[in-house]
Amino acid sequence: MSRLGKITRRVFLVGAVAVTGGVAVGAYAITRDPENPLDPSEGASLNSYVIIDKDGVTVIVPRAEMGQGVQTSLAALVAEELEVPMSMVRVEHGPPAKAYANSKFILPRSYDSEPPGKLVNTVMEAMPRMMGMQITGGSMSAVDAWEKNRIAGAAAREMLISAAAEKLGVGRDQLRAENGAIVATDGTTLPYAELAEAAAAITPPDNPPLKDPKDFKLVGKALPRLDQPAKATGTAPFAIDTRAEGMKFATVKMTPRIEGEMISFDASVAEGMPGIEKIIDLGDGVAVVANNTWLAMQAAEAITFEWGEAPYGATTDEVFADLEAAFDGEVNSTPHDHGEITESDDDVVAEYRAPFLSHAPMEPMNATALFTGDALELWAGIQGPIITQQQTAKAVGLKQDQVTVHTTIMGGSFGRRGFNDFAIYAAKVAKEMPGTPVNVTWSREEDMRHDFYRPGAIGRMRARLNGDKVEMFKADLAAGSVMRATMKAFMGIDRPMADPMVTEGVAEQPYGFDNVLIRGYVPERSPRVGFWRSVGNSQNAFFMESFIDELAHKAGVDPVAFRLAHMEGVDAETVEVVKTVAEMANWTGKTPTGKGRGIAVTYSFGTPVAEIVEVSDMDGAVKIDKVWIAADLGKIIDPGNVEAQLISGAIYGLSAAIHDEITFEDGMVVEGNFWDHDALRMNATPEFEVKALALGGAVGGVGEPGTPPAAPALANAIFDLNGTRLRKMPFRHEVDFYA
Amino acid sequence: MSYKITVNGTSHDVDLPGEVPLLWVLRDELGLTGTKFGCGVAACGACTVQVDGIAQRSCQLPLEAVEGEVTTIEGVGTPDNLAAIQQAWVDNNVAQCGYCQSGQIMQAAALLADIPNPTDQDIDDAMQGNLCRCGTYPKIRAAIHDAAKAMQEA
Repeated sequence: MSRLGKITRRVFLVGAVAVTGGVAVGAYAITRDPENPLDPSEGASLNSYVIIDKDGVTVIVPRAEMGQGVQTSLAALVAEELEVPMSMVRVEHGPPAKAYANSKFILPRSYDSEPPGKLVNTVMEAMPRMMGMQITGGSMSAVDAWEKNRIAGAAAREMLISAAAEKLGVGRDQLRAENGAIVATDGTTLPYAELAEAAAAITPPDNPPLKDPKDFKLVGKALPRLDQPAKATGTAPFAIDTRAEGMKFATVKMTPRIEGEMISFDASVAEGMPGIEKIIDLGDGVAVVANNTWLAMQAAEAITFEWGEAPYGATTDEVFADLEAAFDGEVNSTPHDHGEITESDDDVVAEYRAPFLSHAPMEPMNATALFTGDALELWAGIQGPIITQQQTAKAVGLKQDQVTVHTTIMGGSFGRRGFNDFAIYAAKVAKEMPGTPVNVTWSREEDMRHDFYRPGAIGRMRARLNGDKVEMFKADLAAGSVMRATMKAFMGIDRPMADPMVTEGVAEQPYGFDNVLIRGYVPERSPRVGFWRSVGNSQNAFFMESFIDELAHKAGVDPVAFRLAHMEGVDAETVEVVKTVAEMANWTGKTPTGKGRGIAVTYSFGTPVAEIVEVSDMDGAVKIDKVWIAADLGKIIDPGNVEAQLISGAIYGLSAAIHDEITFEDGMVVEGNFWDHDALRMNATPEFEVKALALGGAVGGVGEPGTPPAAPALANAIFDLNGTRLRKMPFRHEVDFYA
Repeated sequence: MSYKITVNGTSHDVDLPGEVPLLWVLRDELGLTGTKFGCGVAACGACTVQVDGIAQRSCQLPLEAVEGEVTTIEGVGTPDNLAAIQQAWVDNNVAQCGYCQSGQIMQAAALLADIPNPTDQDIDDAMQGNLCRCGTYPKIRAAIHDAAKAMQEA
């Protein structure tokens, strides 16, 4: 087990909290609760981010690795200031702790970075509190860490220099940090390991000097990801790979009408099936414990159930009828209302629709739990370990500090693992199997049919042109409330509240319209919804950027020029990004017969991203040939990772735009596996060209912003190709795609 | 009854019902967790292993039907002793979440054994059964080309 694994365990088992070094560095003023959760007895802990012992340097990256490269990028920020090469760095996720709060999660997301109103702030501030502050999400890990991690690295460096000065009896000015050691002017070299213990006793400096960016050795360079050798050899430990002596394997079968009741079940056949150890009533479903996961799944299929009604529309049509009805109800939020809004027959009017979507990460939901009467140990890939700790403790009747959470790497998440249902079920199963570690793994079908779905949504857009400019712009947007679903999942509070995620992607876009009204509506009831990579932007950018394209065509203006004409003077970075992508693609506004091009731009999570998609006609089928992406990150930690994330986000968006929907029949989700909820594959993946700008503003997120422009850029390209205006996802219902 | 299978050169007696898929024998019985469960219906390729060098979906291969030597990702190389194809994966920073990559590598290794210098079309044909939700396909393609080159030069 890793050193930190032991540390984590001890911290929770004896309730000890280490204080060495503390984290009394400037970055922590915001949390006001900077107790260092690390136990220094395993090595000198200079602050809550750095442990140094004889084997080298361990950097704590308290953000969950779900593929976005955070465990390398955030470690690099610490290593940069600590003057230690990445080859000497090991990374651990660390225990759940308030010291690891993500302070940037609450920042407004608007391009103009002014508070977008009391309403939004209040709601967004509630989110991190609900999730116990330590959150990986909202594309905010790098934003939060940009200064904090460098300060942590610099503070540790200064403490090591002071320790060396004392040991050698020379002035600090005679010493420099270099390559994992303190080097004196006479060439004397003291490796960090030899200084760590003394350094830990030194009071951390309040304002350690940070390096001039021009001296950066790691930041700004494409680095080898630290997780690659393990992931190329099958040795990277995902939660599903947790193994322990005496472990049993289990699966669950839960109500197919999510949040509906289980009236009764009959497991008499299942009980007698091979390998079955125990059938457990979970209240809203059943767990089957066996000596093999597959045998558990077979037995689960042999159980017969009587399920209650769905607390939402029984069919897709009914669910969307509820969304339509929302427009006749109360307005949920009005993020923009200025100028004069009127209606006329000359208005351009369009309605767009987006389906419910499953996250479908490659690793199905699972968690491993061990219950021993007065303690619960949990291994799970989760995005908010503190709330996981709270919720699993409650589920088994323990106190929060009696639960040890091991946050594993995740086989994808895309927002799904921000919710804790799978960990809670595992905890409940473990409670019925005291002393036995149980790995509870869902089938793909259970996973896909029990998601917190990207809400289905409707966008009703209206605008009036005056010559080649938009004179009036109005958007009414309806979607299930992710905010409400989150409050319900985390706090058990189920009531409507103003939800900025219903309108984001339309509301914060840097178009300088004079007369604008943007309103959000939330249905009375909805299938369960949640954060899906880029959240509200994922549907609203499709509505917004398709409609902007319609307006450009109606005005007879090139779609790039039309966007720029409305963005100039509003947000310089977004303008630059649009110009950059147009240059990269040699955009002329003209395409030969058989080819089509479309552009879309979205500002989300502090990062404007513009994408141009080029398609061609392959015997009546649409083939995506190439995608150009330009983005402004403000500052770039790792350009290689930024490029990978932007491409990843675009592929995720294109996959959904073409293929995916979650539909409902008899209150149950129809789609169950990759057969009917597919994604882009190798043969349909286009060529990508990416340019990430660093125009100098605050560092922006990158895990999500690549997703929103992909669907509208594709829709706009198809319109350019053959005149088909796609207003409803997935596009495969109207257009044939290659592959 | 007990079944005898050979995995990565080691023989095992497995006491499980014959219909249990190889995937779940590897993962839950033998502790070889490098082979991943993704879909259970041969729709994603995460569970790809080789049987006598042929890429197969282990979630669809019952224990009783395993004939030949099974190679899993653990039999290809280790972090300290990477095979050429794994080195190409590492050099290209291919993996994001990494969950599908064992299956991708097992599929690609079979492709390279079959076609030492595959074209992009060969790669499309061989790899389209392997899903990656992170969208690492461009890097997988680059890594396969790099591995082909490295293996031919070796």
